[in-house]
Amino acid sequence: MSYVPSTPAQRQEMLRAVGLSSWRELYRDVPADMLLEGELDLPSGMSELEVGRAVSEMAEKNTRFSTILRGAGAYDHYIPALVKSIPAKEEFLTAYTPYQAEMSQGVLQSIFEYQTMICELTGMDVSNASVYDGATAAAEAAAMCRDRKCRVTLISGAAHPDVINTVRTYCYGTGDELRVVPVKDGRTDMDALREMLTAEIASFYVQQPNFFGLLEDCDALGELTHAAGALFVMGCNPISLGVLKTPRDCGADVAVGEGQPLGLPLGYGGPYLGFMATTNKHMRKLPGRIVGETVDAKGERCYVLSLQAREQHIRREKASSNICSNEALCALTASVYLAVMGPQGLKEAAEQCMAKSHYLMRGLTALPGVELVYTGPFFHEFVTSLPRQAEVLAALEQNGILGGLPVEGGVLWCATEKQSRAELDKAIAVVEEVLAK
Amino acid sequence: MNYPVELQYSRDHEWLRMEDGIAVIGISDFAQSELGDVVFVNLPEVGDDTTAGEPFGDVESVKAVSDLVCPVTGTVCEINEELLDAPEKLNEDPYGTWIIKVENVTDTEDLLTAEQYEAECTH
Amino acid sequence: MKLIFEKSVPGRHCDLLPKCDVDPVELPEGFRRETVPALPELSEVDLARHYTELNHRVHGVNCGFYPLGSCTMKYNPRIDEDMAALPGFTGVHPLAGEKHTAGCREVLDTAAKYLCEITGMEGMTFQPAAGAHGEFTGVLLIKQYHASRGDTKRRKIIVPDSAHGTNPATAAMCGYEVVNIPSAPDGCVDLEALKAVLGEDTAGLMLTNPNTVGLFDENILEITRLVHEAGGLCYYDGANLNAVMGVVRPGDMGFDCIHMNLHKTFATPHGGGGPGACAVGCKAFLKEFLPHSALMDEPGHLQVRAFAGNFLVVVRALTYLLTLGREGIPEAAKNAVLNANYLMRRIQGSFEPAFDRICMHEFVLDLSEYKKETGVSALNVAKSLIDYGMHPPTMYFPMIVHEALMLEPTETESKETLDWAAEIFRELYELGKKDPDFMHNAPHQAQIARPDEVRAARQPVLRWQKG
Repeated sequence: MSYVPSTPAQRQEMLRAVGLSSWRELYRDVPADMLLEGELDLPSGMSELEVGRAVSEMAEKNTRFSTILRGAGAYDHYIPALVKSIPAKEEFLTAYTPYQAEMSQGVLQSIFEYQTMICELTGMDVSNASVYDGATAAAEAAAMCRDRKCRVTLISGAAHPDVINTVRTYCYGTGDELRVVPVKDGRTDMDALREMLTAEIASFYVQQPNFFGLLEDCDALGELTHAAGALFVMGCNPISLGVLKTPRDCGADVAVGEGQPLGLPLGYGGPYLGFMATTNKHMRKLPGRIVGETVDAKGERCYVLSLQAREQHIRREKASSNICSNEALCALTASVYLAVMGPQGLKEAAEQCMAKSHYLMRGLTALPGVELVYTGPFFHEFVTSLPRQAEVLAALEQNGILGGLPVEGGVLWCATEKQSRAELDKAIAVVEEVLAK
Repeated sequence: MNYPVELQYSRDHEWLRMEDGIAVIGISDFAQSELGDVVFVNLPEVGDDTTAGEPFGDVESVKAVSDLVCPVTGTVCEINEELLDAPEKLNEDPYGTWIIKVENVTDTEDLLTAEQYEAECTH
Repeated sequence: MKLIFEKSVPGRHCDLLPKCDVDPVELPEGFRRETVPALPELSEVDLARHYTELNHRVHGVNCGFYPLGSCTMKYNPRIDEDMAALPGFTGVHPLAGEKHTAGCREVLDTAAKYLCEITGMEGMTFQPAAGAHGEFTGVLLIKQYHASRGDTKRRKIIVPDSAHGTNPATAAMCGYEVVNIPSAPDGCVDLEALKAVLGEDTAGLMLTNPNTVGLFDENILEITRLVHEAGGLCYYDGANLNAVMGVVRPGDMGFDCIHMNLHKTFATPHGGGGPGACAVGCKAFLKEFLPHSALMDEPGHLQVRAFAGNFLVVVRALTYLLTLGREGIPEAAKNAVLNANYLMRRIQGSFEPAFDRICMHEFVLDLSEYKKETGVSALNVAKSLIDYGMHPPTMYFPMIVHEALMLEPTETESKETLDWAAEIFRELYELGKKDPDFMHNAPHQAQIARPDEVRAARQPVLRWQKG
């Protein structure tokens, strides 16, 4: 099976029509000794029925948990039915990048609507059409903040380890320096940051809520950063923005984040969605595709890929980023999610995340030896100490519950609007049972 | 195509006029016509140093970007901020629209007269 | 068509969540959101219809012919979608631990094994999310390799002038100086130009083969040998792998590392601009430099994004690989090449190919003579195709051909479709001679007339504003 529709007879006819008598002649420019002799060491092709069976068997080898209390950068939220069905539509699914505006208005308008929603969510002026994920969004933000004079990037040590490592990798690429601001009591160490904000600093990145689930004092961090003449970048959880102060109101120059919570499945880590927004002042430094409104030759409103002179296909080695493909379908998914939820639904989801995670925290910390490792307000994740950690997590897993993630100093738990009180009670009871043994 | 005789020109299609020791710089009519509709101008900041023969900014059209090459070495003392909102002025009136002014000029490229430049462009 | 925000009715909403069954929690003062985001307020039926209306204004490869050169717009099989939607994959947390994710590991390991076999490589990562991201990953392998040997003088990456813009942009993101070398008149690498720039400052060469005009560079072994002799490494841009998979392997051409766009060669959908997914392969000596997630795997490696990559896209690609198998992979490549040659010859006699010889999976038409004659440009022909329901080819690329239209039909188009397409090109060729003005204003029956791109860039309107 190779999805080739032409029949063998047609293929022969076509070969003759181009003046050739054999397949070999199609590859006459390939040196003969380089051609593969014999067949690839791959299994024989399969029928659709067999393929379906083979791949489903692989899926069955994963454990399916009925309750997931683990976050750490990938969150188990409820995905409304419409959010699954819209992006699966054949046209949205199988289009390429909308280079030809005259036959791509649907994609272009959906991106324009996505950009607007991201601006509304973050309070920023301009959003791009998405980047690969939250980690690359942070790395791209660091790159757009650097200029000839200020080359060094600061990142909070309380950011997600994969984000820190990705930003470090991008900095390694251009040969620029990344400095990690130490953590104190689970939050960015403000005094250390003050010391580290020297003249060569281009930007400082903080994650809100941070990797340990805690809320950072972003107003103060932003003020410090600006006072030193550097730009302030915030990595935000988009669901939390249903209730949390916007990055704009915290003074951010660039707001980025991982868009996975907006209707994308966990999917073993991808595809996810990097969102990225900034102020009008920095609009032209924003990397990636951007859709703009204009009019057509008849004066009708329409949409096009805009500000393209920033991009690699025009600027080549002078472009600040090489990105072209992004995560358009994931951006569409996020838009449908935000539209389905609406302003009230998003707020409700965020409030329930807070309520459920605090309920879980209270239940767990009532057990002997389980204590909050850090104090202070949190959104939907928190770290506790946990005696007999491996045993407890294994018992939860046997009960169909994926417990928190072991991190330095304890376990990082997460609860969202998706878990019912009964599910949380069950998890707490399993932990209690192990600890009572 | 217009080549005013009172200006000097670089091979990179910038024009230059000296006013009381200050170099006033723009792009030629030929340059704007080759570029097509200019949609944005990336300007340097006042106080930036320029080097003769090196880029000091760029101009964008919808599908292209071109470096602006400085014909003199010196310090930027003024930028035409009007261009940020109205880049089309470079198309409409290339010789009436300066881009930057440079002071403390210490070095200048070998520049062309209008006649030489016209020959270069029509070559 | 109205924007979703313009359809919003205050107070309208969808009911999705149950009432909260635990005590509410208040955010402390100073952390609370002060503004309500102006998200649309709509019912489910409003939303379903809005997005269906948008969807009708999209042309996907599963809707019709899409010969967009260098993008390999082949049919995206539905079974691949079904497999990627299996709850056994979609519900897996990336940090669930090895014991609970054996199936995901099997998907990645199996796909890696097959792709290594197809490319002649020995190590593979799926972490990069798209082709350009894969280029970045690949060139970082080269950078780390030289650094590990203390070879700090290698500052330059060589890129042919016909290359896609991502190649030089990638090299710059990796801190390299880009050395552009001119192509020979046949679009292949000019060996003398290459020799002239090779030296002890050469970090590597980035190349596609077949190249960007759709020709297989017959000097490829000489090219990779010269780069290796100078101490550089050879990077294979897999954008054009569809022409040669199962027929000849980049590893056997002398390349050290390679990226493959799963959303091109391995039939995963492009989603209107992504998500793509990318596999980066390398020879054994570069394996130690492949990226890893700090949290999933172990710290101490570079990593180009969080977690393991666009996993659900890899599921689609693996499904495709298993479906085609050892017979189907080369069969797809050969038919891609056959279709391109057939379409090129059927069009020839009207618009002329830039290179009159056997092409690989794509070919370039050169309309510069035609434009001189009629005033009708490649752009005008491209826009005219839209009225026939055909997606235009890639325009004005590669830059070494003026008035270029680059066509890549792929193997999943039938002879009937190719005959139909060729007929339309011939019709337009005649039309341009008779009525050039009509073509200057094309398309005439599309969703919109030509958009004013100058206005879009001069006065950017990048979001809807509440009226």
